[in-house]
Amino acid sequence: MYKYDNYDQQMVDARVEEFRGQAKRRLEGKLTEDQFKPLRLMNGLYLQLHAYMLRVAIPYGTLNSAQMSALGDIADKYDRGYGHFTTRQNIQYNWIKLEDAADILADLSKVEMHAIQTSGNCIRNISSDHFAGATHDELVDPRPYAELLRQWSSFHPEFTYLPRKFKIAVIAAEKDRAAMRLHDIGIQIVKNDAGEIGARFFVGGGMGRTPMIAPMIRDFVPLDQLVTYAEGCLRVYNRYGRRDNKYKARIKILVHELGAEEYTRQVEEEFAHLLDQGVEPPRPELERLKPFFADPPFEDGPKTVDRSDPDFALWVDRNTHRHKHDSYVSAVISLKPVGGIPGDATGEQIRTMARLAKQYSFDELRVMHTQNIVLPHVKIADLHALWTELDAAELGAPNLDTIEDIIACPGLDYCALANARSIPLAQRISERFDKSGKTAELGELKLKISGCINACGHHHAGHIGILGVDKKGKENYQLSLGGSEAEDVSLAKITGPGFDEDGVIEAVETVTDVYIAQREDGERFLDTYRRIGMSPFKEALYGK
Amino acid sequence: MGNDSFDSEAGSLGVSPDEVQFRFRDDEVADHGTVTVDACCDQTNATAVRIEPGDDARALLPFLDRLALVEVNFPTFGDGRGYSAARILREAGYTGELRAVGDVLIDQLSHMRRCGFDAFAPDKRLDEEDAVKAFATWDNVYQSAADGRKTIQELRHE
Ligand code: SF4
Repeated sequence: MYKYDNYDQQMVDARVEEFRGQAKRRLEGKLTEDQFKPLRLMNGLYLQLHAYMLRVAIPYGTLNSAQMSALGDIADKYDRGYGHFTTRQNIQYNWIKLEDAADILADLSKVEMHAIQTSGNCIRNISSDHFAGATHDELVDPRPYAELLRQWSSFHPEFTYLPRKFKIAVIAAEKDRAAMRLHDIGIQIVKNDAGEIGARFFVGGGMGRTPMIAPMIRDFVPLDQLVTYAEGCLRVYNRYGRRDNKYKARIKILVHELGAEEYTRQVEEEFAHLLDQGVEPPRPELERLKPFFADPPFEDGPKTVDRSDPDFALWVDRNTHRHKHDSYVSAVISLKPVGGIPGDATGEQIRTMARLAKQYSFDELRVMHTQNIVLPHVKIADLHALWTELDAAELGAPNLDTIEDIIACPGLDYCALANARSIPLAQRISERFDKSGKTAELGELKLKISGCINACGHHHAGHIGILGVDKKGKENYQLSLGGSEAEDVSLAKITGPGFDEDGVIEAVETVTDVYIAQREDGERFLDTYRRIGMSPFKEALYGK
Repeated sequence: MGNDSFDSEAGSLGVSPDEVQFRFRDDEVADHGTVTVDACCDQTNATAVRIEPGDDARALLPFLDRLALVEVNFPTFGDGRGYSAARILREAGYTGELRAVGDVLIDQLSHMRRCGFDAFAPDKRLDEEDAVKAFATWDNVYQSAADGRKTIQELRHE
């Protein structure tokens, strides 16, 4: 994985010092809270319901065991003993004291980490495929490109006060595991007919209150123009994105209002101009980055496991992903124990995962946007030993991509913007389906819960989505069906009137029953929904 | 930047309606009031113009030769359109004074400088010491911008 050189380290250290100065000036009264707010936000510090929340960047979700271990230590030292992995492939701490913030940032910088641009109206941490560099089905490893863009987007002088936050995802497989088309910019690394590698640009996707799927605006940008093209996309947005209404300020609204064609025309014009400005990093830089992501020294070994222990066999079936080397797999550590808080891990668990990564996965881990952790390169021969240790640490839940693998935002338990709680709902649903044993029967089923319209829980992209709303001062939940964030991307549709907490749990059960009754061979919930449409589900939920 | 001449007499230079607190130029301060972008395009003799956030900086490109001062107004510091306006003017070869005016604060100075601003007239005077530190925030930079600095990527491959 990428290692900082002196320049990178200097940049982060400069930012830590800058933030110390800013915090000091705030305390001295030289900065008003209004002036300080965007500065602390740009350093990942939010004010939540009960305390400050600090969000730490994990570029493209990749980290090593020393970094993971440091995250565990921070949970113990500065938080209440746990951290929360987010849908942005980041980690956040919910119980931080303002006076500790600069020290935490200094601790992070010792392991080449930071909280830079994890919030604020700037280009946020870049996300990617959590199986990058390991999976059997990718064209190339997308991370060198993501790293190139990370450097470009860090402290960008022109794009630090954008109309709104800006999220970029980079993938390099046909399978989309990063919700790429639901980003402000989604980049897919592709090969053209001439056999050259380049970048396909999708711009203007997003969730939030107006979900949109990003249209493709360029099918091939040569690699030595990648940064320049991104700069063109951003400049048009910075100049013309709406600033009169923060709910209409994301780039998706600009692309939608102008039309994809007109937006593209403007970008192409800006791009043509920028090509003469020399904004592209020198080409050797990309070549410098690639070896950081080179394959570790894989060895041949057994290609199958002993399935005599059914619990282990189930975990292998559910929680491993095919690797590009046939003696390895990528193993997913579920942070969704039945009845647990999705994405939470204790300091101890975080350190355990770090240790296991060192022992079994060439020192590497990934954070998934589904709030789980990946050990990307595990020898098939080591799987049983790994699973035994995970199980002992209560990290062995065999439920990847099942109805128990719920994405839930922090909701009303933490978030100042929430209308309703999401965590207890996730806990109750996973308990219920675990108890009834229906989880296995339902197969792949993506359930996503957001506590308000901001959609941090990606409910628009859930096969089943739940949105918390406020109905005359009471928590109420809207159910939606048919969303997907994958390569078959689609937005979920609302079933009808909302439910109270018990009601929505019943409703989830009801729609899964419709699926079981109606499904044809090999169909997932999503496939059945797409085939039969909304009405059978509506009928079951609300009667005729 | 090594060759920046940071005017130590900062603070007494303001002659136009905005008081210039920091200036990185050696030439005479332009002492004429600014006109709007629209007026500048209609009027053939204006030499100083003021860009508001909604203005298209490119409308000025035909007149760059005669302009000695362009002010870019930041009514609120969170409105970042002025950064693009500045770079666009520098990219087009404008070499006159580019002055940031309005809600210009300490923590925006380093980025503004990178985008090509070489004069600063904040609504509220800034603490000199904090400002000097702010201008020097970045020993090196990741992006090529209007200040002509070599990027980290260029330095790596020299
Ligand atoms: S979706 Fe709403 S409630 Fe949930 S984390 Fe985001 S802002 Fe908070």
